[in-house]
Amino acid sequence: MRRIQMTVDGNAHVAEVEPRLLLLHHLRENLGIGGVHPGCNTTSCGACTVHIDGESVKSCTVLAVQADGHEITTVRGITENGVWHPMQQAFHEAHGLQCGYCTPGMIMASISLLKENPDATEQEIREGLEGNLCRCTGYENIVKAVQLVQQHTDELARHAAS
Amino acid sequence: MTQAPEKFVGGGVLRKEDPALVTGRANWTDNITLPGMLHAVFMRSPYAHAKITSVDVSAAREQPGVVAVFSGADLDDEYEKHPRENPAAVTGYDLSLHDRRQGHTVTGETVESPEETKRSFVSWIVHDELKIPHHDPMAHDEVNFAGEPVAVVLATDRYKAQDAIEFIEVEYEPMDVVTDIEEAMTEGSPLAHEGFGTNEAYTWDLATGDIDDAFSKADITVKGRYLQPRLIPNAIETRGVVANPDPISGGFTVYTSTQIPHITKAVLSSYCGVPEQRLRVVAPDVGGGFGSKLNVYSEEVIALVLARKLGVPIKWIEDRSENYLATIHGRGQVQDIEVAADSEGKILGMKVNLLADMGAYLHLNTAGIPLLGSFMYPGVYTFPAYSFECIGVYTNKTPTDAYRGAGRPEAAFAVERIMDALAAEIGIDPAEVRRRNFYEPFDEPTDTPGGIQYDSGNYQMTLDRVLELADYEGLREEQRRRRESGDPVQLGIGFSTYTEICGLAPSQVLTALGAGGAGWETAKVQMLASGNVEVITGTTPHGQGHVTSWSQIAADVLGVSPDDVEVLHGDTAIAPYGRDTYGSRSLPVGGVAVHMAAQKVVEKAKKIAAHMLEAAEDDIEFEGGTFSVAGSPDQNITMTNVAGAAYTAHDLPEGMQPVLSEEFFFDPPNFTFPFGAHICVTEVDTETGFVKIRDYFGVDDCGPVINPTIVDGQLHGGIAQGVAQALYEEAVYDEEGNLTTGSMVDYLIPGAPELPNYTLERTVTPSTSNEMGVKGVGEAGTIGAPPAVINSIVDALSPYGITHIDMPASPWKVWQAIQDAQGQEAGTRDADRSGRPSQAPDSTDTEGGSYS
Repeated sequence: MRRIQMTVDGNAHVAEVEPRLLLLHHLRENLGIGGVHPGCNTTSCGACTVHIDGESVKSCTVLAVQADGHEITTVRGITENGVWHPMQQAFHEAHGLQCGYCTPGMIMASISLLKENPDATEQEIREGLEGNLCRCTGYENIVKAVQLVQQHTDELARHAAS
Repeated sequence: MTQAPEKFVGGGVLRKEDPALVTGRANWTDNITLPGMLHAVFMRSPYAHAKITSVDVSAAREQPGVVAVFSGADLDDEYEKHPRENPAAVTGYDLSLHDRRQGHTVTGETVESPEETKRSFVSWIVHDELKIPHHDPMAHDEVNFAGEPVAVVLATDRYKAQDAIEFIEVEYEPMDVVTDIEEAMTEGSPLAHEGFGTNEAYTWDLATGDIDDAFSKADITVKGRYLQPRLIPNAIETRGVVANPDPISGGFTVYTSTQIPHITKAVLSSYCGVPEQRLRVVAPDVGGGFGSKLNVYSEEVIALVLARKLGVPIKWIEDRSENYLATIHGRGQVQDIEVAADSEGKILGMKVNLLADMGAYLHLNTAGIPLLGSFMYPGVYTFPAYSFECIGVYTNKTPTDAYRGAGRPEAAFAVERIMDALAAEIGIDPAEVRRRNFYEPFDEPTDTPGGIQYDSGNYQMTLDRVLELADYEGLREEQRRRRESGDPVQLGIGFSTYTEICGLAPSQVLTALGAGGAGWETAKVQMLASGNVEVITGTTPHGQGHVTSWSQIAADVLGVSPDDVEVLHGDTAIAPYGRDTYGSRSLPVGGVAVHMAAQKVVEKAKKIAAHMLEAAEDDIEFEGGTFSVAGSPDQNITMTNVAGAAYTAHDLPEGMQPVLSEEFFFDPPNFTFPFGAHICVTEVDTETGFVKIRDYFGVDDCGPVINPTIVDGQLHGGIAQGVAQALYEEAVYDEEGNLTTGSMVDYLIPGAPELPNYTLERTVTPSTSNEMGVKGVGEAGTIGAPPAVINSIVDALSPYGITHIDMPASPWKVWQAIQDAQGQEAGTRDADRSGRPSQAPDSTDTEGGSYS
C-alpha cells in the first residue's frame, strides 16, 4: 500500500492505497465523490473528467498514486458558496443535458477548453469536446452552452472595461 | 405560493431535474453503498457456442476478500420452481413458464409439465407457434453467446472480486457457431441451440388487399435489399443493480438502472418467487436507456436471489465491454422490399420480407420488435395491397430487443429508400413521387395498408415546409454546378417523409399482438394541506424531463406555478402502479393521465368552492387558479384555499369525502402517429469516400408541445443516433461469434465534431387518440434520419450509377462503391480490415454480400 495525500475540491485527504487503484475509484469509493462517473473502460467516454492542477484529465486513466501531492477539482468543487459556476448555469439555461450522466465530465472539459482557448470557434469547441461522449443531446445544446459562457464572459469583460 | 395567471404548457420552462445533475449530486445506482454490501463480478463465456464440461470454483473461493462463488448449477434451485398459475394477471405478461417445454410451443391452456421447468424472460409472445429456448439466468451446460454468464464471485470489494475471476476454471467444448441470419436459415446450418431442431423462432405474416393483382397490373416494379446492422445502444451509464434484503419484513428493495421498475417488479416477483407486495423496485437516477434498459436481465435476477440466499446487499455494476456483450443490441435485419407502381409512380402494392436477428435468446420484447415495424412499412403512403412477412432467426450472438425506434426506423428506412429508387426508375423528383402517394390531409382515424388506423396526418404540409426551409431549388442548382464542373466533392440531397407508431398503449391491441396488454398509464394528483401539489406518475424518466413537463401540465390545469408541483416517479413503493417509459408513450399516455387526474381535482374543488361561495356549481368560473361567481368576480376563492378547506374538511358539501386527491388510469383507444419531413444535405468527397453532413433540416409534427426546449432536445438526440446508424455504428461479429467491435474504441459513437447543426421547425396536427392531442416525439429522430442520410449519399453518387450504399456508409464503403462503379480494380493492397470495423468482413459488392 502507498500513502498519498491530495486536496480535492479544497479539502485535504490522506489515504493508504494500492498502486493500481484508479484515481476515479479513489475519488468515488474512498472519498465518496459520486459526481465523477465511470462510463467505459477504454478512456473513450470522458464521463470521469476532472481537473488536476487546473488541467482536465480522465480520472479513469490516472492512478491515484499519480495524483499524490496534486490539487484535484471535480464538478462538486466549482460551485462557490452555493453559486453555480457559469458553465453549470449555461448547461441549465441551454438545456445542454438530458440524463445528465455525461454532464459532470462535459462541464469540466468545457471549462478547461475555454480556459485554454477563450475565443474558440464552434468547430474548435466541438473538437475540444471530442473526448466527451453524450448519447442524449446530439451535442447541439452543449455547444450552445459553451457559447453562452463565451458571451457572458465578453459581457463581463466589457462591463469591467466600461 | 406564487400566483400563476399565465400558461406554462407550451413554454420552454427550464428543467427542474438539472440542479442535481449539473452539480454532480445525482443518485446513480453505482453511488449506492450499504453496510455489509458485497460486490458481484461475473465470469462470462469467451465462446459463442460451447458445452460446459466442468466448472471449478474452489480456488476462487480461497482468494482474499472473496465471500462466495457460484456456478450456474449452484444457483439452479434459487429461482421459482413453479410460478403462480396465471402470473399474466400479475405481470400483464404471459409468464406461465412451466407450460413451455423445450422446443414446444405455448399452448393456450396450462399443461402440467413433468420435466424440468422451462425458464425464459419472454413477455411478447407473437403467436402460439413461437419457439422459445430455455434460458437460465446463468448457463450451466451450454453457452449460446459470447458473454453469457457462467459464474459469479462475491467479494468485499470490486477489485478483489475481479481478481478472483482469474481463479475460476471452466472447461468448454466448443460447438459449431451460427452468426449469419441468412446462413442460419439454410438446410444443415449449425444450430444456435443444440437439440432445438431449428434456428427459426417464428414466422409472422400480415396482408391486406390483393397483392398478386397489384403486381400483375404494375407498369413498373422496383426492388430493394437493405441491411440493418446490429447496433449497440451505449447509454453512457452502464447497467447496475443493488439488491437489498430486509430481514425483518422478509422483503427486498432492488435498485436498478432501468426504464421499467414496475415491469421489473412483476417479472422478478414471478421469476424469483418473491411476493409482489414484498418487492420494491427503485429506478434511482438513470443515465440514459434508449431501450437497453427496457428489459429484465440475468444479473438482476441473480442479485435478488443471492441477496435472499446470503441475507446481505448485493451490488453489480456493469463495465463497458461487459455492456457490449451482456446488454441487448438493437436492429439486426435483412430487408427485401418491392413495390408495384403505375407509370405515374402511384403505388399499387408493396411486398416486404424480413429476416430478423433474435440473437441467442428472447428477452422481454425481442420477438415483437420487428413486428412493431410491420404496420409502418407503408409509411405515409396509401395504396390498396400490402403483404409483410417476418422470420425471427436465432444466432449465437447477444440477444436483440428494443433500441430507440424499435422496429420503426427499419420500416421507415426501407420505404423511404424504395421511394427514392422508384423516383429514379421513373425519372421524376423524389419529392414529387412522394406527393403522388401521400394521404390527403386527415384529422380523424384513417385506415392504412398495414391494417391499423392512423390518428391524424398532413404530410404535404411538412414536406412543403422542409423544401422551403432547405431552399431545395438552390441546393439542386449547387448540385448541378458541382456536377458540371467535375468537383471532386459532390452534393447530396436526401429526403425522408416519415410517420411512426408510438404511444404504445391500447391494451386490447397489445394483447391481440401477444405483447401482454396493460398498455395504460396512471397518475395521481394530490393537493397537500398547504395547497402545494404532488403528482405521482407511472412513467420512469431517464433524461426526458417528465418532472418538468408534468409540472407544467398539472400547473396549468390547477392554476398554480410549476414550482409548487412535485413529481414523484420510479419507486414502486411511491408509485405502486405504472407501465414505465419506452416507445414514445410517456406524454401521450402518462402525461395525459396527469392532465385527466388534475381535471378531476378541479371538478371536485369546484363543488367545494360553490359550497363555500354559496353559489350554484354552474355559476362558478375557474381561471388562473381562482374560483369566482359568474358576474361578481370579487366573490372568489383560490384553488390553494379550497385545497386547505378540503383538507380541514370543516364544512364540506353533503356526502363529499375530504382531501383533493384524484387518480386516473388512461388506456387510450389508439396509438399515436407523429410524422415529419427531413432533408439531409451531404458533401461526399469522391476521392476519399468521406461524407460530411453540411446541413440537416427537419420539420416534425408531434401535435401540441408541452415544453419546446425538451422536444428540441429529444429531436437533436434522436437525429444524432439516426446519423450515427447511417454513417458510423455497426456491431461486427467474426465467424466464431466474437464481437470484434467490442469497445468504444472500435464501435464508433460520434463525438461533437462528427455531428451537424440541426435546423428544426414544427407543425401542430393534434392526435385524435387523446384529449390533449399530443403524440410523443422521443424516437422521431432515429426514424427520420437514417433514410435521409443514405438517400443523400446515393443522390450525390447517382451520376456514377450507384443505386445503394449499405449502412454504415463508411468512407471505405463509399470509396469502394465509387471504384466498383467505375469498373476500376480497388487497388491490390489488401486493406487492413482490422482498423476498418465498419464494413461487413466479406461484402465485396454494394448490393450487399452476406450479412453477419
